[in-house]
Amino acid sequence: MKTWNRFKNSYLLYSFKRDPIAILSFSVLSIMVVISILAPVVAPFNAYDTSTFDIMDGETPPVWMESGDKLFILGTDIQGRDLLSAMIYGLRVSLLIGCGAVLLQAFMGILVGLFSGYLGGKLDSFLMRITDIQFSIPYLIVAIFSSAIFKLAFGVGRYADLAVPLLIVVIGVSNWPIYARTVRASVLGEKNKEYVEAARVIGISRWQIMFRHVLPNTLTPVLVISTIQVAEAVMSEAALSFLGLGMPITKPSLGSLIRSGFEYIFSGSWWITFFPGVLLVIFILVILLLGDWLRDVLNPKLYKG
Amino acid sequence: MFAFIARRIIQAIFVMLIISLVGFSIQHHIGDPIRDLVGERVTPAEREEIRDQLGLNDPFYTQYFRFVKKACQGDLGLSFFYKKPALEVIASKAPATIELVIVTTIILILISIPGGIYAAIYPKSWFSRIVMAASTVGVAIPVFLTAIMLIYLFSVELNWLPSYGRGETVNVWGWESGFFTWDGLKHLVLPSVSLSSIMLPLFIRLVRAEMMEVLETEYIKFAWAKGLHSKRVWFVHAFKNTLLPVITVFGVQMGILFAFTILTETVFQWQGMGFMFLEAVERSDTSLLVAYLVVVGVIFVVVNTVVDIVYGFVNPMVRIAGIK
Repeated sequence: MKTWNRFKNSYLLYSFKRDPIAILSFSVLSIMVVISILAPVVAPFNAYDTSTFDIMDGETPPVWMESGDKLFILGTDIQGRDLLSAMIYGLRVSLLIGCGAVLLQAFMGILVGLFSGYLGGKLDSFLMRITDIQFSIPYLIVAIFSSAIFKLAFGVGRYADLAVPLLIVVIGVSNWPIYARTVRASVLGEKNKEYVEAARVIGISRWQIMFRHVLPNTLTPVLVISTIQVAEAVMSEAALSFLGLGMPITKPSLGSLIRSGFEYIFSGSWWITFFPGVLLVIFILVILLLGDWLRDVLNPKLYKG
Repeated sequence: MFAFIARRIIQAIFVMLIISLVGFSIQHHIGDPIRDLVGERVTPAEREEIRDQLGLNDPFYTQYFRFVKKACQGDLGLSFFYKKPALEVIASKAPATIELVIVTTIILILISIPGGIYAAIYPKSWFSRIVMAASTVGVAIPVFLTAIMLIYLFSVELNWLPSYGRGETVNVWGWESGFFTWDGLKHLVLPSVSLSSIMLPLFIRLVRAEMMEVLETEYIKFAWAKGLHSKRVWFVHAFKNTLLPVITVFGVQMGILFAFTILTETVFQWQGMGFMFLEAVERSDTSLLVAYLVVVGVIFVVVNTVVDIVYGFVNPMVRIAGIK
């Protein structure tokens, strides 16, 4: 109750209510998240159950076009799978991988940033050198290379089975340095403040100071970059799947749906690519808009690399 | 200054060693050179003998040193599929990628600089608002989606431009170029437009932000007070000072552009290095994959080091910040 009151009177909620773009993108995002979580209930068909597909329904156009079918509102893909259901399931996979990857990034980055910033010294220069080196290589290149290597190492069949955890690891490991830098920068700002000194004087252990006192005060910028990181992670997942290094078409994400539709665009079946693409763009756009709003409101001094 | 350059070069060598170690372990664990050399019918005993002869039973570090030594001499192994030295294969694919990047860069410069300057000078005009809104949405559109939509519109529906391949190329001093034929140029349009679409929003915003910041400075106010012609203030005094940050970001972004060429080349079946890389993955052509990894690593490390050193000359703050 107390936290609720604090939230109700907060500046965050105040500025949220006065920003129509933030309200709009927040509602679109929450609708998408709810739909993707409830996918088995909401979707008209089970997109993973191949026994319900009928190849005769393949490449049915959307319902408002000629020869459209009322059963398939947005048409079907080449195997006769309902495109709307495939998109809902696909959004779910993309969201799962995006959030999982960002959690991994945040975990690695926060640990590195906290140790590096609070302990300092040789450890700091070592960790920061590693961060610098990885930062100088674009994360998409790292992700493409590492997923290609995993695909070679596991073989196509096993890679398809393990795709979700592997993609989380690949995208997580490829894009953590931004967290390390941000957290380190705010730890450096916090660690000489009086409350840390006071904690040290009354003899609280170093670990406890680091995790219970310094860490919570560095989380605001982490929250802000996290929104952008989720958008980037979803985009990298789509890119990897589009290259054939991500989710297989039997368990499609939005990226693999776009890839599968691309092969049939020359025969005029534009909808297989178009609708998943539009969904992906809207999804990323609302996250980015929310991130922009959050950054303006919280206005932390972000480390711009 | 000397210490700064030396430190940067040592770091570059260190990074290259790490990349080569990664490359070598891939080759060591995934690739099977015996398979590349002989067929299925060779007995295990004979295979073992060949392994011994090739030194594949040596300890890891011996083999790694051999790999690095050979790599320094420009030998990155044979491509299993092409039956040619991997470096030769990459060199034959490089012109396609380089031409794509050149045309993309030209498009980027021609659109982002005038667009950004205009949006900075008249921030309230409808054109600037459209540019800013478009760049917000543009960031969210993946490059392969732009490419597919362009193909659908201009190749499938309107049938104006070709949708895949490089078209007719001419051999100019050993460089397979598409610049000199009408067909080759037509094939370049869609790939380069989609590749530049991914960078354009960022660049327009960057030029606009830098230009607006410069327009607020005292010396620009002084230039206005002196009664200089507005064109002189904008293009000579203000624009010149927005160039340095723009060039720096451009240098950094070239690496990211490289990553996106892989995506663009896949969509357009563009016979460049990125397309070759994905084919190598599909064919499990490990040596070609490792060679590509090392080549990209070298390009990155060299570009980053050069940019850093040049920046060190221009901006002394960078030099000093590194010293603890």
